[in-house]
Amino acid sequence: MASAEGQQHPLGIYYKIWVLLFVLSGFSYAVDYFEVQGAMRWGLVIFFMLLKAGFIIAIFMHVVWERLALVFTILGPPVVLLLFIGLMAFEGAYTEETRFNYRGHDRNAVALGPSDIHHDEHAEEAAH
Amino acid sequence: MSEATTQAVSQEGMTGMVGDWSADRQAYHVPWGKAMMWIFLVSDTFIFSCFLIGYLNVRVTTTDPWPPQSEIFALSFGGDPIPLILIAIMTFVLITSSGTMALAVNFGYQKDKAKTFLLICTTAAFGATFVGMQAFEWSKLIAEGVRPWGNPFGAPQFGSVFFMVTGFHGLHVTGGVIYLLWVALRVKRGYYDNKGYEIVEIAGLYWHFVDLVWVFIFAFFYLL
Repeated sequence: MASAEGQQHPLGIYYKIWVLLFVLSGFSYAVDYFEVQGAMRWGLVIFFMLLKAGFIIAIFMHVVWERLALVFTILGPPVVLLLFIGLMAFEGAYTEETRFNYRGHDRNAVALGPSDIHHDEHAEEAAH
Repeated sequence: MSEATTQAVSQEGMTGMVGDWSADRQAYHVPWGKAMMWIFLVSDTFIFSCFLIGYLNVRVTTTDPWPPQSEIFALSFGGDPIPLILIAIMTFVLITSSGTMALAVNFGYQKDKAKTFLLICTTAAFGATFVGMQAFEWSKLIAEGVRPWGNPFGAPQFGSVFFMVTGFHGLHVTGGVIYLLWVALRVKRGYYDNKGYEIVEIAGLYWHFVDLVWVFIFAFFYLL
């Protein structure tokens, strides 16, 4: 344990993790660039995100070399957030369903992108 | 009593943890500044989690379609717009700064003041670049009519989440740049020669945390 003298480790491991973070970010971006959709998109993005987060915490923030007393203090409390996320997702889905069923909101509404909006402007100009 | 303390620290794993937490005086065998930074970061984790969970809730509950981020954050360099390119560059800038910070911590412990100073300043420069790009992104979206209360593309919550989450993160980066420059100046002046260079590691923890938060924002807000 290096705690008493501070965290000192060979530079090599930092370079390796650094490159790995670049590669993983590249993969995340590729998911968007190649327009992977649906469950595959969610799975890949969250998988790469968790890997990146794990390496940053473990290596760059030295948690893997800390004593367990500190490790549990850092990683223990955020675990309750999983419950919070679960509750809000459950409650949110209920609220959305209520709005569709009782407030007459449109289930099939489609989002616009910048290109749709600019396209509309041109259409209006053409009409005049 | 000192004998008992030495014994506790020498043990590893779960036995060591029970020893640490049942110790008379000290549970964490790290400099106090580092323990305090970790406690701050854990509390900050809860703040950012509340923002992201709030985002989850409004995104699930809204019946308006969510604006297409990939198209909104696209940027054109003369040709066709490249989806999310600015955000990808910002991500790489922040990861680069995390790497230079990790090196700074290492050279700090080697008491190599010149290299530590240079690497911390490089980290701060990348951080400032990141904030600059974020300012550009904000102005671009504001010009397109995105406001905290509405936007031309879809769900009005998109704007409020965008400005709050990226704004709070940008504030952390800005604060980090100032903090890093302050530490760098003190390193250069030799202020830590006698106190020890743990402070570089502590500042590094904060900086890596800012990068860590961006990993989650990048995934949940921009990619999903």
